[in-house]
Amino acid sequence: MKATAVNLTEVEYALPGNRTCPGCALSLAYRHILKALDGQVIVTVPASCLTVLHGMYPITSVNVPCVNTPFASTGASATGLVAGLKATGRKGLTVLAIAGDGGTHDIGIQSLSGAAERQEDFIYICYDNEGYMNTGNQRSGSTPPGAITGTTPILGKQHPPKDIAAIMEAHGLPYIATANASYPLDLYEKVRKAKDIKGTRFIHVFTPCPAGWQFPYSDTIKIGQLATETGLVVLYEVEDGVFRLTSASESIAQKGGNLKPVRDYLIEQGRFKNMTEEQINTLQDWVNARWKCYLERVTNLQP
Amino acid sequence: MTKQNNKTNIRLLDGNQAAAEGAKLSRVQVIAAYPITPQTPLTETLSEFVEKGELNAEYVAVEGEHSALAVCTSASMVGARAFTATSAHGLAYMHEMLHWAAGARLPIILACVNRALGAPWNILNDQQDSISQRDTGWIQIYARNNQEILDSIIQAYKIAETVYVPVMVCFDGYVLSHTEMPVDIPSQDDVDKFLPPYKPHTILDPANPKNYNLVTLADPRVNAEGMLCHGYMELRYLLQEAIQDSAETIIKVGQEFGELFGRSYANLLWEDKMNDADIAIVAMGSLAMEAIVAADMLREEGHKVGILGLRAFRPFPKADVVKALQKSRLVVVFDKNISYGSEGATCSEIKSALYGSSVKAVIRNFIVGLGGRDVKARELADAVRKSLPLLETGILNTEYPEWVCYI
Repeated sequence: MKATAVNLTEVEYALPGNRTCPGCALSLAYRHILKALDGQVIVTVPASCLTVLHGMYPITSVNVPCVNTPFASTGASATGLVAGLKATGRKGLTVLAIAGDGGTHDIGIQSLSGAAERQEDFIYICYDNEGYMNTGNQRSGSTPPGAITGTTPILGKQHPPKDIAAIMEAHGLPYIATANASYPLDLYEKVRKAKDIKGTRFIHVFTPCPAGWQFPYSDTIKIGQLATETGLVVLYEVEDGVFRLTSASESIAQKGGNLKPVRDYLIEQGRFKNMTEEQINTLQDWVNARWKCYLERVTNLQP
Repeated sequence: MTKQNNKTNIRLLDGNQAAAEGAKLSRVQVIAAYPITPQTPLTETLSEFVEKGELNAEYVAVEGEHSALAVCTSASMVGARAFTATSAHGLAYMHEMLHWAAGARLPIILACVNRALGAPWNILNDQQDSISQRDTGWIQIYARNNQEILDSIIQAYKIAETVYVPVMVCFDGYVLSHTEMPVDIPSQDDVDKFLPPYKPHTILDPANPKNYNLVTLADPRVNAEGMLCHGYMELRYLLQEAIQDSAETIIKVGQEFGELFGRSYANLLWEDKMNDADIAIVAMGSLAMEAIVAADMLREEGHKVGILGLRAFRPFPKADVVKALQKSRLVVVFDKNISYGSEGATCSEIKSALYGSSVKAVIRNFIVGLGGRDVKARELADAVRKSLPLLETGILNTEYPEWVCYI
């Protein structure tokens, strides 16, 4: 059954009144992720904005079992949960590792890569707010070029981000998907699908951050949609090696593949205010080239 | 053959094999380890047990030691009995997770095959690795021979699962890890009687969701039901209290072990020839065994020398040390570690234990055996002889240790 706003479960696992900033896309994404798993989950979380969302002892904003684990160890912690459940004969639970981009692209990549190579049986979700937002917006391996952050304060970041989904795909995983909090039903369906697959499943979720990216917190959904409409964030899944565009990216491709200019996305955010014309053009070329690659790989477009 | 003999199963085992047998007999459920010299044969042996089906456990060949302990930590959080082993740089790499495992009060056992730390590279034995992890909130037990390695791992689970503090069982690299000795391997039935399956205090269950190791403020805070819950500082107090009080558990478990297996460990330290000794040698691990030979040499010369071997370094047996050193006028402490800029770690502990006690002994510290430098009984005896004049001068303490080396 296709997920709609009406047929989603009414049960809430991420409760209202959490400690995230107004307009936080992670809140929205996490709510749908936990709904998709019906609460039958054990979550492991490294230091990240999600730690803030989870609250402070002895009060937590979630009603699923969770462990907090040090920054570099998410993939290993999930491995330990899987091994421990198996060793004690417990079945029917999904282990969910969920980390930010710093915890995934940077400090956590070793333990994630190790777990993926061993094909450990868990879902790993990277929610990507393109920097160390929990510590006040420093650049990460996922920060886009041109973005001003606490550690690229004047010139903006000089390098394109790592393509973490491609890195994880290179591990030969059974399921890889990208998602965007502005398209929560697409995210929901991907988590549902991942739930029924064995092995390491990886989902990258784009989560705009009003506080760090400097846009009004009422614009979170709009910013997320612009990211996909301009082709900066392409929504797809790779199941057993078969690549499909999904949701808005599928629609754009279906309608001739015309993307909005990246400028439309950049101009809405304070973090890109120092970008030069040259930097914008370089980014546009990078987006165009990537989009072309995706269109060449796509298997699900109608002729 | 007597009945007792029928029950013994003595085999020649090196220290790593003894540790692997200990883990197997403890029915560990999750093992995560990364190879490092001199621990490697230990983890290879365990993976062989698992692949052969002799041990029903999940063996996770992780990509590094930080992950090894992270796997054990999370496996323990869902109620599995977890085991890891490492040495030197591997233990240093685990440092963050050592704090995490102890802070989360998880009864994980780690076998530390003691080895020197670089730079420069050195793969041989000293105790700098585990001593450097002194303040991570783990109980530390040092084995002096291979029988003690096997026995200590089995006891360690019972201790850890009673007091909810992880235990590091340390033994000297090569000196024990790669040296074969006769080891009596207990039967699985007997070990099962001694060590029942682990009953975890938490298993992480969606039916009763809890969020572990959340951000915890310094001060106590009320929960949703209005009950005042511990702040960070109270949680740290409880860890200290648990380790202080673990001394009682270590002794009780060691005694029970003795009743079942005929080898009693009802102590945090052991003494040899201390009854009439006015000179005490203090050492830890296999070094203390070497000291027995030195003491015999010195006794032949008419000196009344005894040995105080430390078995537990954390909790440190302060009261037992004072009691054991009651008659001592000279205490010679040998350390296979150095707290740079100060002295050997065991020497500091001995001094701390004796402060304010009735023991007025001259204390002398020698740093020996770093990076695998051979420690001969003759050298230990020489160090004691060299310290004898201090008995006349009355200088109780010198600022820095002496080194038994070529400088």
